[in-house]
This record gives sequence, C-alpha cells and structure tokens, in this order.
Amino acid sequence: MIELTTDLKRLGDEKAPDGFVDRLLAQAGMADSYARFETVLGDVYVAWNRLGVSAAARSESAAAFEEFFKNDVGRPLVPAQPPADLAARIQDELSGKRRMRFDLRGLTDFEQAVLRKTYEIPRGEVRPYGWVAREIRHPAAVRAVGTALANNPIPYFIPCHRVVRTDGKIGNYGGGGPEAKRAILTMEGVRVNRLQELARAGVRYQGVRTTKIFCYPTCHTGRHALEKNVVWLRDEASAKAAGFRPCKVCRPAAA
Amino acid sequence: MEGVERQFERMVREHQNRVFALGLALTGNRHDAEEVAQDTFLRAYRALVTYPPSRIRDLKQKAWLHRIAVNVFRNRLRGIKPRLVELNGSESDHAPGPEARAMQRAQMDDLAVRVAGLPLRYREAVVLRHVQELSYAEVAQTLGQPVGTVKANVHRGLKLLRGDEDDRADD
Repeated sequence: MIELTTDLKRLGDEKAPDGFVDRLLAQAGMADSYARFETVLGDVYVAWNRLGVSAAARSESAAAFEEFFKNDVGRPLVPAQPPADLAARIQDELSGKRRMRFDLRGLTDFEQAVLRKTYEIPRGEVRPYGWVAREIRHPAAVRAVGTALANNPIPYFIPCHRVVRTDGKIGNYGGGGPEAKRAILTMEGVRVNRLQELARAGVRYQGVRTTKIFCYPTCHTGRHALEKNVVWLRDEASAKAAGFRPCKVCRPAAA
Repeated sequence: MEGVERQFERMVREHQNRVFALGLALTGNRHDAEEVAQDTFLRAYRALVTYPPSRIRDLKQKAWLHRIAVNVFRNRLRGIKPRLVELNGSESDHAPGPEARAMQRAQMDDLAVRVAGLPLRYREAVVLRHVQELSYAEVAQTLGQPVGTVKANVHRGLKLLRGDEDDRADD
C-alpha cells in the first residue's frame, strides 16, 4: 500500500518535456515559429504565427536567424514543422501570386502603411521612394520611407526591392545589398540596365503619343506600345504641357 | 491584453509539470500527455482572455486547470481512439540522461501504463487523489461527484493496481 501510493506520488513529479512552454506559447500565438525553406532565392528562413508570416531572411544559420528575429521583432521564436500549405504559399508569393498573410504588429502605423503600399507594386515593376511617400499621404517623408523599407522584417515577400531611387542608382537593400536587389529584380523580369540608363539620361516617364498617357517606365500598361509612339518625358510639368495625363494604374503623379 | 499574456505565461511555467503528469497518468503515454497538457492550457488561454481582471485575480489556478484537463481528457476519449501505448514517448523529448534517470523514467512509464489501464472512474479518482495529491473534497469538486463515491473509487482503483482482484467491484 505504502509503496504503491509513493510510486503514484512520484508519477506526479514527472516533468513536462523540454520546450513545452515555447511550443505552447507558439500555439497560443504568443511566440512565433520558424523553419527554413528552399526557394528560387536559395534557402530562406521564414517565421510565422497564427496571424501570418512575421519575418524572413536569408540567414547563414538558424542561430543567425534567431538573432535577427530577436533584434527585429522581439517575440520568443521556436523552430517548428511548418503548416502543410506554407511551402506552397511561399513559392506562389515569390512567383507573383499573392497568397500570404502578414503579421506586422510591432511596427508603427507609418511603417505598416509603407509596407502595405509596397506590397501593391506588381512583380516586374519598380516605383520610386517618392511614389510610396505620396501614395500613403506623406509626400515629404521620402527618407522615412527609405528607413521603413530598410527595416522591412519580411523582405522578398513584401517586395522592398521594387522601390528604387529616381537617379538610377539601385539603392541599398536590407535583403542582401545592392547586388542582391539587382539580382532579384532581374529575376522578376525588370531590365535593370535599361532602367538605369533612362534614369541617368534624366528620363522619368514613358509617354504614349496615341493615348496621351504617361507611366513609370516599368508599368505594364505601357508595355505594348509601339516603339514609334513612345516619347520619353523628364518630369510631370513637361508631360502635362505636352498634353499627357498620368496613368491611372501606376499613378506617376497625382491625377 | 499584454497583461493577460504575461499572466498566462506565468501560469504555464508554474503548472506545466503538474498538468503534464496528470495527462501522463490518465493517458499512459508521454505523447498523449503532452497533447492533453497543451489543449488544457490553450483552452485556459481562450477562457482567460474573456475574463475580467478581477476574475483572473481570484482564480484558483490549480483547481481550475485540473477541471479543464479532466474535461479535455474526457473529450478525447469520446472523440479519438487512444493511441497504442508508446513506452518511451516521442524521440524529441527523450533527453539522454544518466542511466538512473532513464530507469526511473521507464518505471514511471510502466506505472503510467498500468494506471491508464484502470477503468475510467477509478482512474480519474486515483490520479487526482494520489498522483496530483488533491484532497478528497477537491477531487469530488473537480469530478463533480460526491465525496463518498470518490473515496470508494479511489479505494477500488488502488486495489486493482495492486493486482488484488478479489475486491473488484462488479462492472
């Protein structure tokens, strides 16, 4: 009798397995999970929680990613088996289909607005920093837009690489430097060299003589214009003076 | 909101072993025990976020978690078939330790399997009384049964565990 109840009591002293609390907090949405995924961009570490994807980086190692996450997001992070459809969503997102949800908690309203706007830029196109600033109704905050994009916790998926400088410089890139930015844009079908030549020549917009509409050079609506109908425009004022109106899709100027 | 999350985390850290051990004794294996413990805390969390602060402050956490755990366990029995017993649990939580610890662990797994083999009403009563060391009154409250019933069930459960078949209640 005594021995049995003593044993039962000892059974009550058994400990929960290692990592129980972390796994539980992840399930309750109070910690994030992460895993490494093979993508067109190479191995990418992705963190997620019940609200969506919360961070991504091409880190050297799991430890490096955890460090990045700690500094950037600050919540507890646990390695985990990803949900069944996450790998497919990641591939789709990187090939231009939008299927991902994001968790941007912890960022300021301004940062969130910048990232949401950036997310609207289609694959294969680029926009200037000033465009993002104007679209979110902070037209003077061009530098702040740059800072917000530099701190983008979810590069590649929220395409901060599609925001470029108007002077033709490729601009810095938190997701792996200017070289990586150029490589990703090229992979997405942007003719980076041509874009830089135009910028250096002082050209900002492409106008189409027949429609009298002007666009950003990468806007998909201008892509099918015949060469002979294309005019290159230096600024908004001269475009308007020549009778062009801004494109309603890429919105190169307030309409 | 922030406050509830921190309170919840503290609650989990404080009670994780107790709730896991309860799951282990009720289910007989570590894998299911972790699931029961996890579901218990997730349910607790979902309830906590709806409670006003005063109710959270006055909560008798231990008794409350026991009640949730027993309900989680009963729902599982209703829903899914118990797994075949896996004596050593899953690989991931098998921390390689000294031999003595491994033996103790094997003994405990063995005992858990025996306890989990008890008929349900004896099992719940024995586990809450002798594994979790609740008082008879607390067990009665947790299970929603009269104290006399609990005492009888504990007594019979212990007899069965000792392999004393003679005194077995007819069922």
